[in-house]
Parts: sequence; structure tokens; C-alpha cells
Amino acid sequence: MIPLSLNAHAEHLLRDLAPQVLGAVLRRFRDFGASEDAVQEALIAAATQWPREGVPDNPRGWMIQVASRRLADHVRSEAARRRREAVVVSLVPPEQQIAAAADAADDERDDTLVLLFMCCHPALSTPSAIALTLRAVGGLTTAEIATAFLVPEATMAQRISRAKQSIKASGVPFQMPTPEERTQRLDAVLHVLYLIFNEGYTASSGPALSRTDLSGEAIRLTRAVHALLPDDGEVAGLLALMLLTDARRAARTGPAGELIPLDQQDRSLWDQRAIAEGVALVTATLSRGSVGEYQLQAAIAAVHDEAARVEDTDWPQILALYGVLKRMSDNPMVALNHAIATAMVHGPAAGLELLRALDADGRLAGNHRLDAVRAHLLEQAGDREAAIACFRRAAGRTASLPERNYLMAQAARLSDALEQP
Amino acid sequence: MKYMLMMNTPGGGPYQIANWPQKDIQAHIAFMMSFNKKLGESGELVGAEGLAGPDQARLVRAGKDGKPITDGVFPEAKEFLAGYWIVDVESPERAYEIAAQASAAPGPGGAPLNMAIEVRQVMSGPPKDWP
Repeated sequence: MIPLSLNAHAEHLLRDLAPQVLGAVLRRFRDFGASEDAVQEALIAAATQWPREGVPDNPRGWMIQVASRRLADHVRSEAARRRREAVVVSLVPPEQQIAAAADAADDERDDTLVLLFMCCHPALSTPSAIALTLRAVGGLTTAEIATAFLVPEATMAQRISRAKQSIKASGVPFQMPTPEERTQRLDAVLHVLYLIFNEGYTASSGPALSRTDLSGEAIRLTRAVHALLPDDGEVAGLLALMLLTDARRAARTGPAGELIPLDQQDRSLWDQRAIAEGVALVTATLSRGSVGEYQLQAAIAAVHDEAARVEDTDWPQILALYGVLKRMSDNPMVALNHAIATAMVHGPAAGLELLRALDADGRLAGNHRLDAVRAHLLEQAGDREAAIACFRRAAGRTASLPERNYLMAQAARLSDALEQP
Repeated sequence: MKYMLMMNTPGGGPYQIANWPQKDIQAHIAFMMSFNKKLGESGELVGAEGLAGPDQARLVRAGKDGKPITDGVFPEAKEFLAGYWIVDVESPERAYEIAAQASAAPGPGGAPLNMAIEVRQVMSGPPKDWP
């Protein structure tokens, strides 16, 4: 959608304006699907006209006007089929209203939030919510979203169109949820943003020629939510978690795209500015006495990021944080990480003991991460043969190619060492 | 014209490659990555995917009620599909050339594996006009 000739500033502006414009148009026309299409057309118009004619004085008003005109044309031609004359007359006032409203910017902040609540509605499947959020709130084109998720554009277009139909069918009104609903809906919004971030962060498969930067997009959107709800601890926690994780991006893969685990990363490549911002965010929210899962995960990421060398890592602190997290959440992945921290503080045997409890739990049965962690702990405990078997089993079970390559290399490293003592 | 290049690797237990020495595994992975990169740069790569191990494979048939009946796992399979490329090339000869390069991927000791690559044309040509 956004041509190369548009500078970074204008591109950023367009992405920020997209949800505000959609919100403004939606409040008046109430048809989500048609409004969303009209805003996409306005974005394309801006991307082609602004480089030639310059950015207008009031870009938001300009885009609302263009989108409204498209929408009015659309409604007019639809209506013409039914009752031409009567409808054309009734269409004039809304158009005038919109022209006036373009200057009144009071609602723009809430609009972005309402739109997020709408796109992350529980009536939608998670993949639909993700796609719709990226398009309606993030201002990405269908082609960009399709590229990011490595699916054909037609598939993504269909997914978005079905999501829009579900919203229309469910009759979700375009308004702020009630205070009772709000916490639950905010959880859904944060979860969608978290998944978008993770998709961008862990995706290293595929030819990776022109993958849209999903992690960057998730951070930008979470930043926007944090600006709207500065006092919400979990929003701040999620933003901090993303920043503290993304800070390690450059150190996470080697020259050939191979995975480099945390304890072997070149820490001089970590983004110190992102770390400082993340640490400040999570420190501020925890000091207000607020505790939540994202905040705890961010606090753990902060402890890792603050260690200049791997041997400086404050494992007792990490273990304590995982202990709190484990009491709050019944997630077996948390229990797995708790076992790793336990091994780092109390030795591999203590960690392996906790893994046996996870075997009995059954929810991680067949999960490659359980085998991978066991392999690492067995190696620390000196049982190389068992470690090799676990690394190989984990390699056979992962669906991620870089991860499989990493696990196979670990098995080979140990078996090389066995042969040449 | 588009071709699918299917890499079949001999069975005998999952992931023979996991038993290679570390430097041979690394050389093999590096070869595959640069092979894919070159295909992308020449504008011939349509898609490529590696498949998860055969120890997770299932055969599925519809039962009388239309519900899935699954069969498997098949650890003893003689050979299995490990991954595929779809390329868009000028001629079948070019597809064979690419397949031969993939077949020569380095194995233990750096010697070419010469594994069999099945080459099949993808039916994506435009329909001919009917008289």
C-alpha cells in the first residue's frame, strides 16, 4: 500500500491515522465492512497523492473526507437499486456532518481503543482477530498481512472478509464496552497483540524475503494502547515484555540464520535503549503494587537483560518470579520455565525432578520443549547419552526448522565429544 | 511452467541426519539455506517447505460416517517425503538442473548425498480455447 516514495514520517502518520479515521467514519455510517473498505481506499489515495502534492494541513480531516465520500458513493449506488430518490436526499446531511466533524478531534483517542475492542471481539477466532487488527487498526494492506503470515493473498482476503461479516452478524455496536466487560475485553486485546509480537519474533522460517515487521507493528500498537490507558499495569507490562524481548533480536540469530540461545548470545548486540525503556516501564508499574502475568514475565526478561554477562544472571531472583507466576497461572510452559530456573539455582537434579511432575501432568506430552529442556539438564548432570537421545527426540518433534537445526546440532556436538574424548 | 521438486529421503528411523557429525550437519544446513536463497534471487522460487518427521505422520481415510479414521505411525517406512520446492522455470531442463543441485547436497564427510528428487509438473497452465 505505502509506496517507497512516501517518507518514513508520512508512512508512520498514515498508520497512526488509519484507526482514527476508521473510528470517525464508523461512528457515522455504522457499517464496519464498508467503512473499513473506504478507509483502505483513502489510505491508497493518500499514499499516491501525498508524495506528489504534499501532506495536507489536516491529514486526518483529509482522509475522513475522502473515506466518507467513497462510502457515500458506495451507499448511494447500493441504495439506487432500491429507492433512488428518497435515499439520495437523506444522504446529504451525514456528509455535511462529517465535513464538520473532521475538525473536531476529541474522540480520536477513544476511537482507536473502541476499534481494538471491536477487532479483538471474543466472537472472532484468534487468526481472524489478528488479521482484522492488523488491517483495521494497524493500517496494513491485505497483501502485507498475507506476506507476514506466509499465506496467499486470496486466503488472507477471505479471512478478513469473513471476520468483517462475523462482526456485522454479531451486531457488536461501535462503542466503549461497559466497565464490567472492559477488563475481559482488554485481556483479549492484549492477547492478540502478544500473539502478533510472537509471530514476528519467532518466525524465522520460510524464505523470509519481505516479511513485514510484525514485532515492530505489535510494539507500535501496544504503545498506542499504553498511551490511552497509562495506568493499566498489564498494558505497561506487555509493552515492557515486548521491548525487553525485542532488544535481543540482533543477537538471537547467527549469520546463516541459525538460532542462538540466550546463554550464548553476544550481549553487546542487545539494544540498550529498548532495555532501559522496558526496565523503566516494568519498575514503575511493579512499584505501584500492581501484579499480573505480563508484568511478571517482563520482570523476568528485565533480570536477564540487566546481566552484562551470562554468569551475572540473578537466577534466585528469576526463580522467585517464576514461583509467583506459577501460583497465578496454570500454564505448563510456566512450570517448564520454573524447572529451568530451579535447575540453575539448585542444580540439574532438582530441575529434572520437576520435569517428572510435568510428565505426569500430561499436557506437555509429546511437546518438543519438554524434551529439549530435559536434554539440557541431562547434559548438565553429565548424562551425555541420555541427553543426545532427548535432543534427537526434540528435533523430531519441533515444527520449526531453525529450532530443529539447533537441536540436531546439540545432539551432534555431544556425540562428537563422546567419540573424541 | 511450474514444477514441484520432492525430496525423498531413505527411512531407517527418523532423522538419519541427526546421527551425522556436527560439522557435516552444519554444512548440509548451510547448503540448503544458500540454495533456497539463490532460487529466490533468480526469481524462480514459488515456495519451499520442510516437513516434520515421519514419526508424526498419519494416514487418514473417511469412515462410513464421514469422520476421519487415522492410521499410523509408520516408523519402518522405506522412504519418506522430507520437503519440497515449487519452482517456476523456463523449461523442464532447468527444473532438472535445479533438482540435480539439490540432490548433490553434502552429506557425511561432505560427500554429495545424490538423493532422489522427484520432479513433477504442476498443473497451472492456462486452459486451451475449445473450438
